[in-house]
Amino acid sequence: MRKRAVKMSCFYIPAICLILFFVVRPFCETVYVSLCKWNGYSPQKLFIGFENYMEMFSDKRLLTAFINTLIYGLVSTVFQNVIGLGAALFVNSRFKGNNLVRVVIYMPIMISSLIMGYIMYFFLTYDNGVLNDILGAFGMGAVDWLADGKNGVLFITLINTWQYAGYCMIIYLSGLQNISKVYIEAAQIDGAGCFARFRYITLPMLIPAITSAVMIDLVGGLKIFDGIISLTNGGPNYSTHSMMTYLNSQYFLSEKAGYASAIGITTFIMIMAVSLFSNRYFERKSIDM
Amino acid sequence: MKKATLKQRVKQNWWKYLIAVCILVVYLLPIYVVVVTSLKPVTDHTSRLIPPTEIYWENYVRAFQNSNILNAIKNSFIITVGTVLIVVVAGCLAAYPMARHRNRLSKSMKTFVLGVMMVPGMSMVVGIYSTLVSIHAISTYWGIIAVSAAFGLPMSIYMYCNFIRAIPISLDEAAYMDGAGVLRTFFQIILPQLKPVTASVVLMQAVSTWNEYGYSLYILQKKEMYNVTLTVKQFFGEQMKDLNGAAACAVIAIVPVIIVYLFLQKYFVQGTMDSAVKG
Repeated sequence: MRKRAVKMSCFYIPAICLILFFVVRPFCETVYVSLCKWNGYSPQKLFIGFENYMEMFSDKRLLTAFINTLIYGLVSTVFQNVIGLGAALFVNSRFKGNNLVRVVIYMPIMISSLIMGYIMYFFLTYDNGVLNDILGAFGMGAVDWLADGKNGVLFITLINTWQYAGYCMIIYLSGLQNISKVYIEAAQIDGAGCFARFRYITLPMLIPAITSAVMIDLVGGLKIFDGIISLTNGGPNYSTHSMMTYLNSQYFLSEKAGYASAIGITTFIMIMAVSLFSNRYFERKSIDM
Repeated sequence: MKKATLKQRVKQNWWKYLIAVCILVVYLLPIYVVVVTSLKPVTDHTSRLIPPTEIYWENYVRAFQNSNILNAIKNSFIITVGTVLIVVVAGCLAAYPMARHRNRLSKSMKTFVLGVMMVPGMSMVVGIYSTLVSIHAISTYWGIIAVSAAFGLPMSIYMYCNFIRAIPISLDEAAYMDGAGVLRTFFQIILPQLKPVTASVVLMQAVSTWNEYGYSLYILQKKEMYNVTLTVKQFFGEQMKDLNGAAACAVIAIVPVIIVYLFLQKYFVQGTMDSAVKG
């Protein structure tokens, strides 16, 4: 019996070796580099302790990137869940062609968000941009959308929401299909209206689905990278960077590997904290219900 | 008679069809715009919403000639297949003891795997890059395959683990009674039942590897090793004036994925559920 358990534990070996060497080792190396002054390729690393972390506090561009990351994470999570739940309820209601709607809403997830950013670029250019054409049709003047960082942040959030709302929809759809009709019928007999049925039956039963949808969206939004690279590349004037794209620019362009690692470790801790916190929150919620 | 009821039903549900049409427009317009743009010459300054008067294939010719996109599709294909193979094999192996044992090792493995699942790859790109430099894996297939497999494994282990839990343990025990070893039990009893979840793991991993951009940017540095996303990026970067050619390049990049999706969309939906909903 014991021998069998030991033998079975050998099954872990390939996966663990890969993860140890290609995730854990790089992680430790990143932590070490974050304590050094290093340009990314010279053989010498100069150990400087927590100076890189101290530098972060006085970096205004990083502060912008931090705030943007929170917007990308939190706002698109809220939007995606609202839209995803709405779409799930809509597709779940009976009408001809609901499958087509489901298939189409899920489709953008297949496309790399880098390429999606470029496709959206065709909508937002000043000359010949589709959005300006639509505005023009209503007699409004053309706007250079990406010249203003605030608009850039808004559009990146919206595109991220639009592209990944289908993910939420599928999660909610499977949640909805797990709710037994009996509860809803019982409530109907008790005279509960449409809204009351949703509030007191559907919503509480969806808590597990909400938990996974929120977690996935939060983590996805906080580590957003490709979509920004293709749409604004962090510009104009560093106003649309997220933590990840700012890290990229510090490492790739400014050759500050130490500082970039410090940003990376901080972002990692931030994502861990946010997801653990929201997981706890929902666990408590589901006990309350 | 039947026609009348159908008409009635449409009339009753007209607002649903209105919403449905709006959703379809919002979701299909970007694809339409990029296709239309790719079929117009650069000199055509009509709105991108208006279909071309005559179809202009030159952009595609340029995209194929200037961007090496065919080579990139080959590279992405090799990288995706390699990653998926490793993730499937190592994933279901590791999930088996994790699902069957209730000891301390399997518990700590589970926590470890869930923790790794949350690590954003880009946040430790400095470490990944130095690690790969130290083993001379920059611009090699195996370098990027190993990294994407390592980051994809936690999800696959998680999905397999949930699935194996649902297989009755009495099957394993019956096999042991009959004298089968651990390996034989796994390969003859468990493995044949894993087909549905394997389809999910394969599709989820394939899409994320195919679309990966963050660390490929650092790992694939030689131009002939570029994958699809890097090639599209390069084309848009170099030819900002030739947006129509770039649109053609983007269309070539997304068409294979969309076709696969349309044929297998049922499995993609299942895969999403398997990866998101706790079992």
